[in-house]
Amino acid sequence: MEQPLDISIERLLRELRPQALGTVVRRFKDFAAAEDAVQEASLAAAMKWPREGIPSNPRAWLTQVAFRRMADHIRSESARRRRESELALEAANTTEPTAIETAQEDDTLGLLFMCCHPALTPASAIALTLRAVGGLTTAEIARAFLVPEATMAQRISRAKQCVKNSGIPFQPPPPEERAQRLRAVLHVLYLIFNEGYTSSAGPDLRREDLSHEAMRLTRIVHRLQPNDTEVAGLFALMLLTDARRLARTGAGGELIPLARQDRALWDKRQIAEGVALISITLPKGSVGPYQLQAAIAAVHDEAARSEDTDWPQILALYGLLGRMSDNPMVRLNHAIAAAMVHGAAKGLELLDALKADARLANHHRMDAVRAHLLELAGDPEAAVRHYRAAAGKTGSLPERNYLLTQAARLSREL
Amino acid sequence: MKYILLLTGTKAEFDWYTKWSPQDFEAQAAFMHALHKELKDSGVLVAAEGLAFPDEARVVRAGADGSPVVTNGIVRGVKDGAPFVTDGVFPESKEFLAGYTIIDVESAEQAYKIAARVSAAPGPGGVPGNMPIEVRQIMNGAPEELP
Repeated sequence: MEQPLDISIERLLRELRPQALGTVVRRFKDFAAAEDAVQEASLAAAMKWPREGIPSNPRAWLTQVAFRRMADHIRSESARRRRESELALEAANTTEPTAIETAQEDDTLGLLFMCCHPALTPASAIALTLRAVGGLTTAEIARAFLVPEATMAQRISRAKQCVKNSGIPFQPPPPEERAQRLRAVLHVLYLIFNEGYTSSAGPDLRREDLSHEAMRLTRIVHRLQPNDTEVAGLFALMLLTDARRLARTGAGGELIPLARQDRALWDKRQIAEGVALISITLPKGSVGPYQLQAAIAAVHDEAARSEDTDWPQILALYGLLGRMSDNPMVRLNHAIAAAMVHGAAKGLELLDALKADARLANHHRMDAVRAHLLELAGDPEAAVRHYRAAAGKTGSLPERNYLLTQAARLSREL
Repeated sequence: MKYILLLTGTKAEFDWYTKWSPQDFEAQAAFMHALHKELKDSGVLVAAEGLAFPDEARVVRAGADGSPVVTNGIVRGVKDGAPFVTDGVFPESKEFLAGYTIIDVESAEQAYKIAARVSAAPGPGGVPGNMPIEVRQIMNGAPEELP
């Protein structure tokens, strides 16, 4: 009978697998074969460790077994095809990983750089990251994104091919590109988090797992790059946003806006961790967009009641964020914050100024925010019109339900 | 973002379609097969299905006890500001769904490009059919945070 794998061994393997994979890819340059080799090594570990105990250096063990599998693979390939490359031969002839390869370097980051390669579309980078770094199966990723497994398998294999064809080798990016490549990694982690966080409520826990996977990976990047303030900022933002998850939807799956959430349901421990992290990060200087968003989330999370929210501080933070990034959603949120500080008229005035932005002109959020501000301004008739207009344009079913409910509630009072 | 590409036709159009030559059928089927394979290989295909002809289309509504009441057709309209429903045959002008393709893409523009490819499927004599393809976004999850 097959014994269920000890949970601590399973967790350890999940942590070690991307590190070993990164090391093997770096040495052998063949991603697909490296993946198979590490998979086989993990299986061997899963069989052996529960019986014989975890080796003193489990990563070295895993890397060594994967290296041997790679060498076997290359020898059999070479024998069959007789056109082995020098690189592969050389690698096969020196199968033992060096001390550096097994002991000191953590190749998880290198693997992330490869998976979040600039040549990839976001969807491909997300899939490849979850597969190679997260260690999720293709079937799990397919389920999370509600596409057939065959489609997801193709997306992943094309992503690998694309990285290979781009000619950028698997190695840390040169110093002048490093910051930019790290931003790309953070963006992919942020997208994975949002994919999980913004999914509709329901029995599909798979998607919620995506948020936690993104948080797990971001925590690892933060551990590897403790002095990067934006990595810390993104991790804090995730902690502070995810802390509100349970309060975000009602019993019927309906969306509950921040102002009406039951704050007793917020995760206090996670808020404390996020607040502590952003508080030690901001004074370090080099403030970026993720840190500012985390700071805004922290201000919300620290208000015991909605009416205690420190809106002047949020307004100031959105002001800074707006100067840093040209994101139209930031401008909309800035208008809301301005309305909360200076009154609805001020917010509506700022919205009028945004009309010229082509990215917002026909966006449902523009109507939704206008409806919200018109309601605050005491013009329910116009608010209903804009709630309905927004409902007609949104691509989100829970949001459409929410907007139609707002319109219905207001029009009953007319 | 997921989009559904809908191909619809009236009964007259379905009748016309059944009279195509074998070569025309084959050319169209081969085209769609190749297109779907390409979409699958590029990791965007979610589903692609053809539907049975409308001859066998039935309309089902729940009876008073919840049991199915099956009819051959229905006429819908709006009268005096309220929608009405009457049993009867389908009107000649009714558009029936012939088939659909669901894709998972990065943008509406990418969905439009693929819809244009479907629209260009060959008709009689190998001439691109230029069929109208209705493109609709499939609703996704909740937004990030509400104001």
